[in-house]
Amino acid sequence: MKKKIPKIIIMSGYGLNCEEETQFAFNNAGGKADIVHINDLIKSPKLLSTYDVLVFPGGFSYGDDTGSGKAYANKFKNHLAQELQDFVNRDTLTIGICNGFQIITNLGLLPGGLMHNSSGQYIDRWVDLKVVGHSPWLGKMKTISLPIAHGEGRYVIDEGEYKDMKKKRQVAFQYTKGTLCKFQNLKDNPNGAMYDIAGVLGYDGRVLGMMPHPERAMFSHHRPDFQLQKEILKRKSGKIKQIPTDGEGIILFKNAINYFK
Amino acid sequence: MISRIYIKPTRKDSRGDLYQKSFNNLDLTGKVTSVELVDSYTIDAKLSKTELANIAQALTNKRIESSSINTLPPSGNFSFICEIGFMPGVTDNVAHTTMEEIVDTIKRPFTPGEAVYTSRLFFIAGTVSESDVKKIAYSLHNQLIERFNIIKKSSIKNNELSTIVPSVKLAKKVPVIEVALSVSDDELIKIGKEGIFDKESNTRRGPLALDLASMKIIQEYFHKLKRNPTDIELESLAQTWSEHCKHTIFANSIDDIKDGLYKTYIKGATNKIRKEKGDNDFCISVFSDNAGGIVFDKDHIITHKVETHNSPSALDPFGGAITGIVGVNRDTIGFGLGAKPVGNTFGFCFGNPDDTRPLYRDKNLTQKMLPPKRIIDGVIRGVNVGGNCSGIPTVSGFARYDDRFRAKPLVFVGTVGLSPRKINGKLAHEKNAQSGDYIVIVGGKVGADGIHGATFSSVAMDSSSPATAVQIGDPITQKKLSDAIVKEARNLGLYTSITDNGAGGISCSVAEMAKECGGCVVDIEKVPLKYEGLTPWQIWISESQERMTLSVPKNKWKEFNALMESRGVLAVRIGEFNNSKDCVVKHNGKVIMKMAMDFLHNGLPTRSLVSELTPKNLSEPKLPTNINVTDSLLALLRSGNIGGFAWISEQYDHEVQAGSVIKPQSGPGRVNTDAQVIRPLLSSTKGVVLSTGLYPSYSDIDTYHMAGSAIDTAIRNAIACGASMDNLAILDNFCWCSSYDKSRLAELVLAVRACYDYAVGYGTPFISGKDSMFNDFRGYDKKGNPLSISIPPTLLISAIGVIPDINKAVTPEWKVAGDLVYVLGETHDELGASEYYKLLAGNDTTKIGTQVPRVNWQKNKKTYKALEKAIKTGVIASSLSISSGGIACALAKACTGSMLGADISIKKLPGTYTSGSNALFSESQGRVLVTVAKKNKSLFEKMMKGIACANIGAVSKGSTLIVKDKNGKKIIDTNIDKLYQNYHSFSSKMSPLGDLPEVENKI
Repeated sequence: MKKKIPKIIIMSGYGLNCEEETQFAFNNAGGKADIVHINDLIKSPKLLSTYDVLVFPGGFSYGDDTGSGKAYANKFKNHLAQELQDFVNRDTLTIGICNGFQIITNLGLLPGGLMHNSSGQYIDRWVDLKVVGHSPWLGKMKTISLPIAHGEGRYVIDEGEYKDMKKKRQVAFQYTKGTLCKFQNLKDNPNGAMYDIAGVLGYDGRVLGMMPHPERAMFSHHRPDFQLQKEILKRKSGKIKQIPTDGEGIILFKNAINYFK
Repeated sequence: MISRIYIKPTRKDSRGDLYQKSFNNLDLTGKVTSVELVDSYTIDAKLSKTELANIAQALTNKRIESSSINTLPPSGNFSFICEIGFMPGVTDNVAHTTMEEIVDTIKRPFTPGEAVYTSRLFFIAGTVSESDVKKIAYSLHNQLIERFNIIKKSSIKNNELSTIVPSVKLAKKVPVIEVALSVSDDELIKIGKEGIFDKESNTRRGPLALDLASMKIIQEYFHKLKRNPTDIELESLAQTWSEHCKHTIFANSIDDIKDGLYKTYIKGATNKIRKEKGDNDFCISVFSDNAGGIVFDKDHIITHKVETHNSPSALDPFGGAITGIVGVNRDTIGFGLGAKPVGNTFGFCFGNPDDTRPLYRDKNLTQKMLPPKRIIDGVIRGVNVGGNCSGIPTVSGFARYDDRFRAKPLVFVGTVGLSPRKINGKLAHEKNAQSGDYIVIVGGKVGADGIHGATFSSVAMDSSSPATAVQIGDPITQKKLSDAIVKEARNLGLYTSITDNGAGGISCSVAEMAKECGGCVVDIEKVPLKYEGLTPWQIWISESQERMTLSVPKNKWKEFNALMESRGVLAVRIGEFNNSKDCVVKHNGKVIMKMAMDFLHNGLPTRSLVSELTPKNLSEPKLPTNINVTDSLLALLRSGNIGGFAWISEQYDHEVQAGSVIKPQSGPGRVNTDAQVIRPLLSSTKGVVLSTGLYPSYSDIDTYHMAGSAIDTAIRNAIACGASMDNLAILDNFCWCSSYDKSRLAELVLAVRACYDYAVGYGTPFISGKDSMFNDFRGYDKKGNPLSISIPPTLLISAIGVIPDINKAVTPEWKVAGDLVYVLGETHDELGASEYYKLLAGNDTTKIGTQVPRVNWQKNKKTYKALEKAIKTGVIASSLSISSGGIACALAKACTGSMLGADISIKKLPGTYTSGSNALFSESQGRVLVTVAKKNKSLFEKMMKGIACANIGAVSKGSTLIVKDKNGKKIIDTNIDKLYQNYHSFSSKMSPLGDLPEVENKI
């Protein structure tokens, strides 16, 4: 069933808001991504079966009212439960980023849940991640630094379930003190997530949910240490050299595309 | 049937601990030992048991929550429950979502009268008394919009709570009344000031803000028509003629300025600049639309608009601020045929957060004003929720503090938008409602919220300020609307014109759009309502949020309506545009308003304003004999006006849309940047630079130079990070006080003259502006003594520019040890009203000095052009605009940002300053602190030929900042640790986290 260019569906509507840049990232990585409003999918549920990658992008669906991701997940469940089940049972990929992660935990695709940050505050900053899971999304990545922006990103899970996940390499990412935490003197875990979990996997690694935003790290200039790196590079090369434009985040999207090659 | 569903987290909820901590800071007699939060959904609808169970299930994420129906959830040991809910009629966004979820679950719509109401229960355990819990309740709610209910554990029966349904019940009223205008002048004044007399309730309906001259003109107009006006006609005129909408102070003639300030100086400057630029004119749409637009590239327009939402934010800081930010988003959506919001900006002028003096709006001391800390927290949260929920990055902002912003804070909110230049072959910034088009309202429904908002903000705040002037924005309703319009309907060509419903509601938006074709007729009963019982005049002027007005050609209506429906957006036809030259409103077929368009828009009488400057009695501060420059520097860094505001920046999503280039904070030490860069179009490497400048304190000495400095700073901040002088536009936001006072008017004239002089000098056109002229408070102190507080006259200048290559942008912090440090520009003894002099003057506000910075645009323009070129060639490693706190604070910020030290000597520093401390704390304009790699020394210095520029030292590897004066004496000797701690100390004090923002170790 593998083909050259996978078809990607990015969900939108009701306050999801990262669909455009996520589409750009997938297309930039060599995919072909469509943005589809949930109501259009509800109108033509069979549409889902024509896609290879399902994306729940970041955003604020329903304003986080009644709990983040809950209302959007309810709508999806009420109208598209069977189609979703069929989709994930096929050899497809699914990703939920930030609010999308909250949605797919509410959909029951992934274990655990997301609660208010331990600080009680919404926070936008960068984090360093240790890549610990096994998944087509992750490829051979060892570490990656990405930005987060959320108020309800504290991942919680029962100890027993966690042990099981660990064994199955279902923990995708863990917050760690890497380059950027050291650069900006930040603590590793930004939200009090249990076991420092930033992302989890399901369905043999084909379904990924993650709080950090890879699409916001697709360009090198996104990184907080870009300006310093730029200066260092300039001095090394003697004159202004072309700075690499790709950021680390794009790898994730490329991995997904490569899965279908 | 009324049911209650309670949702409670099953795992440890960190919010409980945070509330416990904040409750225990309230000076209670007892101690709170634990707090648990439970969400309550009160559902007033006919539901079966199974339906209710299904709803409860839908509202519960079983992994982290449990639910109970009607009975309270099992809880630990608690003594009280404090319930916080909304007052009737207040926008309840969560309830709105809940209703949608319920409808989707039970698969039938709610019938009229069925509704959901949310509230939050705080289960409080500890040794607290009932009066303690009351204190807690006051800390949790705002009495203008919320209610509280304290329940003692022992009073709870059957584990159930009594249920309050805050539904709106309006008495049935006569829909339209006539207002007799053949009355005495005294009565006319009263109608204008306090509103139309309502016989049914025996009260006046609230301010029309129409003066006697206006009332007389209205009297004459209806006298000629041989009838009395209806209430809706009078209310409509009040809205359209309000200061808020007509900007009379800027429009009327003043002294010998016949055409008024706006036409002569603001628009005058732009016209002159555009003419001078000729083929290089980059303006596309200025002053005529909801926002100003300039060229981004050959296919795109970039827009900007900055609004204020001051008066509502004083009463309900959260609601006021969120309404402000989503409101200015609509100015973007309403630009041309619709621009996509790509960036939000904010600016806050607050009172001192430590100020706890009680202030009251009324003599009987029943209407207490919120203290600055509450206002600060609420406003910041409002912009947070508004921006974050809308998926618009909050990229740029500032906060300032002055005791005079205590009663009326200034809340600036701005939005940058992106639009194609052409849509379907037509210019996207042009729009024209056509005669025969439907008048269509999209978005939210109408309630009594926000009635008299436009007229309210046109007067000083006192006890008669109406509580209903406060609205609460609903970013999700708007997000749906925005996406459906800007991303879909616009490109399909489904409408001919669009505008925002802001001040004055549809009375202003429909009448404004009707100008495009020449008239309109509205069937008022077609406007969708939140609840029954509103009278036509209320519907007409209500400022209920998230609504836009569109003109939809009849043959496009079906397609338009189907699209809106499929996006969950309410769209309703309420009438038709025509060319009748009249603005007509009908109620169930009966004409209740018929006024000539010409009178409605141009009938407002002009008046000539006269200004007269009052001389100021100011003196120099007493300088301490032994000035410790290091201590003064650290003290300045600790002040909110200079220190960082990480606590604000980090809770605003500035990276959504993935266009972040120069962020709100920069470098390892996270210094706040003075200008930010975004990449609004990911397929292009072009960027947009945003910056601001303002100096409210300078107004205490001279408003001409205050305005000059604001313009120079906004421009300098933008240039310092890579903007181009030839491609920079500016926006003005005047926030004045007591604007009918001759002396205040004189100060205004001076400031506006400076706007003309400097905008023309720099060649930076004004593209949009707004004013808020009555930022005064008249109230009472705790003894009931009358008191008034006016803000210092404030002019915010926002700059927006386009840069060709985002990778060339430069940040303010040092980069590499060994780099040479330069100051561009001259330093003079210009310390009047500077942060340093204010620090020395303390409470004696007359001793703030007399010499404010005077901007020499000819010299500065050369400097900026040279810097622009140097940045383009890539020789500038860091670039920091020197502003408040002078060179000393600039050095400290560059060190803090980079966590690198510096060895500095001011021996060669150009300028006429007379002492080391003056040199370091002077706020002379036109200066930039830059670093250059050693190897680029001669190249850089060649570029700076003919410009005041001095190498004052180098970035050091060490951890100290050393500054030597002319004689080689160390006048600043400190280290990075101290600079970092002091720079971030205000922010950590303000942060709810209570320590350095998100920092793990002490450095």
